[in-house]
Amino acid sequence: MEPASHGLRESATFDRATIHAIQRAAETGTYDIRGWGAKRKLPHFDDLLLLGASMSRYPLEGYRERCDTDVVLGARHAKHPLCLATPVTIAGMSFGALSAQAKEALGRGASEVGTSTTTGDGGMTPEERGHSKHIVYQYLPSRYGMNPDDLRAADAIEVVLGQGAKPGGGGMLLGQKITERVAGMRTLPIGIDQRSACRHPDWTGPDDLAIKILELREITDWEKPIYVKVGATRTYYDVKLAVHAGADVVVVDGMQGGTAATQDVFVEHVGIPTLAALPQAVRALQELGVHREVQLVVSGGIRGGADMAKALALGADAVAIGTAALIALGDNHPKYDAQYRELGSAAGYFDDYQDGRDPAGISTQDEELAARLDPVEAGRRLANFLRVMTMEAQTLARACGKAHLLHLEPEDLVALTIESAAMARVPLAGTNWIPGEGL
Amino acid sequence: MATLIDLVQTPVRELNQALHAPEATSWRILNPRGAHAVACGIREDLAVDIEGHVGYYCAGMNQRATVTVHGNAGTGVGENMMSGTVRVHGNASQSAGATARGGLLVIDGDASARCGISMKGVDIVVGGNVGHMSAFMGQAGRLVVCGDAGDALGDSLYEARIYVRGTVKSLGADCVEKEMWPEHLAELAELLKAAERDEDPADFRRYGSARELYHFKVDNTTVY
Repeated sequence: MEPASHGLRESATFDRATIHAIQRAAETGTYDIRGWGAKRKLPHFDDLLLLGASMSRYPLEGYRERCDTDVVLGARHAKHPLCLATPVTIAGMSFGALSAQAKEALGRGASEVGTSTTTGDGGMTPEERGHSKHIVYQYLPSRYGMNPDDLRAADAIEVVLGQGAKPGGGGMLLGQKITERVAGMRTLPIGIDQRSACRHPDWTGPDDLAIKILELREITDWEKPIYVKVGATRTYYDVKLAVHAGADVVVVDGMQGGTAATQDVFVEHVGIPTLAALPQAVRALQELGVHREVQLVVSGGIRGGADMAKALALGADAVAIGTAALIALGDNHPKYDAQYRELGSAAGYFDDYQDGRDPAGISTQDEELAARLDPVEAGRRLANFLRVMTMEAQTLARACGKAHLLHLEPEDLVALTIESAAMARVPLAGTNWIPGEGL
Repeated sequence: MATLIDLVQTPVRELNQALHAPEATSWRILNPRGAHAVACGIREDLAVDIEGHVGYYCAGMNQRATVTVHGNAGTGVGENMMSGTVRVHGNASQSAGATARGGLLVIDGDASARCGISMKGVDIVVGGNVGHMSAFMGQAGRLVVCGDAGDALGDSLYEARIYVRGTVKSLGADCVEKEMWPEHLAELAELLKAAERDEDPADFRRYGSARELYHFKVDNTTVY
């Protein structure tokens, strides 16, 4: 019997997921920890449209005229900035949260298209360094696996203050994923539920961060670009402070950004959407006179070339993908549906990255499961996806008459909803109205 | 004969560059005047004597070198050091030896808050007192305090071991006093000797993790 067909009405306030959450909490006495990012409906890049050229703008020929994609990150202070072939990078994800095979595949895929990958909480593995042409080394509060040799071996350093899935929260890695190798890299007992710090241990606040960045530059002889990554909250102020502290690149991660293990309540209720954060970041850079001099990388729910083109049009210099990259590797693939169902989930719904029993061999440390992921094949899939993203963005940019992806501009955008118009600071489609302007 | 560098005349950048590709094994640094990041990122077995007070992150991420500060040190002295010896003859500000993985850090005077925070294998010997939250989330290594310890010592401790000769104002979550066994007295004696201290190991008490917070349990919610 389909309840609705008999006039039964589901509560909008107490929907089935809410009822289940209350029942689960009552049974277990603890909160839900899961992977993935915010699942609630949020204003996003789907709420924006690009204005293709017609009479007042001159389009470029799709298969004949160039639309370049290269981007340089970190030239402000670093002797060796990152020169990427396409403005889409792989976001930080840890070995520990992901299998060694998955990390290798991310490196292979990114390298094949000339972009960068990023380490995560837990340090750098030889697999990912060896298979990554460009690697960004995350400098996190926990400093797990942190050592100066890896710092010097990296192509850039990303000081992480937070991530979009949990701004203000530290990392977690549950005991089932703390294998001997992971424990060894993190200097922790095997099998414990690991807590990562939420604050850096040796600096507090932007003035201290400036000195920390100075130290990192001194240790690496001013060769490496220094990124500062923030979870999207008070983005306007955070970006200004990051620039004052000396960042070469600022990374802003919106609340749709993924996680390997975080409390569901945190993922869904802390932070702001990527769409709301990006214009704040651009405004901060513009007011400081460093827009395009300090590059802006935006992440959190980027799913394809359209999101990328719109983010670039709003003023980002590059985007980063995490969840989409894992899906490209094979996460949530229908071929594992039966096994997802055995775990109480299904293909398209699986978010139990914290659990370590990922049938796709990606978010696991189980050797048998991890062996299912062929790093070469998965890397090829990721490279394909990155190429498609780039081609999609080029298609849109050419339609707007742009010979380079970074030539896209806010004027190329309109909004479909009042909310997205207000957040993105672009007019509601068919009007000249940007909510809040001219008042 | 030590190579002399006067930081009144030579920028810290030039000093560190020289220490990263050293043409001498013995160095004497004059007039640091609270400069930050002095002698950080050294990889070689050098002897570096700094005549005066230093700012943040002196000898940060040190590998193999012996760095001696003849003065006081600012925040994060010897942070994330991997090996070698860092010695401060005066006092140290907060987060001394933060996340350090190896080697020996000696502070002859007092160390401020969060001494040994998130330590991952370093040995730290403090001649005086340490401030609050020292050895917070300490994962490995030994912290020896010849004076007193402030509030919340060893909060959320993992496997680091702590020895305190004086009083402990309070213990942090999951940190407990443990019995001093002969092997602990022996390792403490070695640490004191390495730090050139003459305290009697028998006067110290040992603290470590109760390991009750190693797994998320609903019963622990009132502890945090």
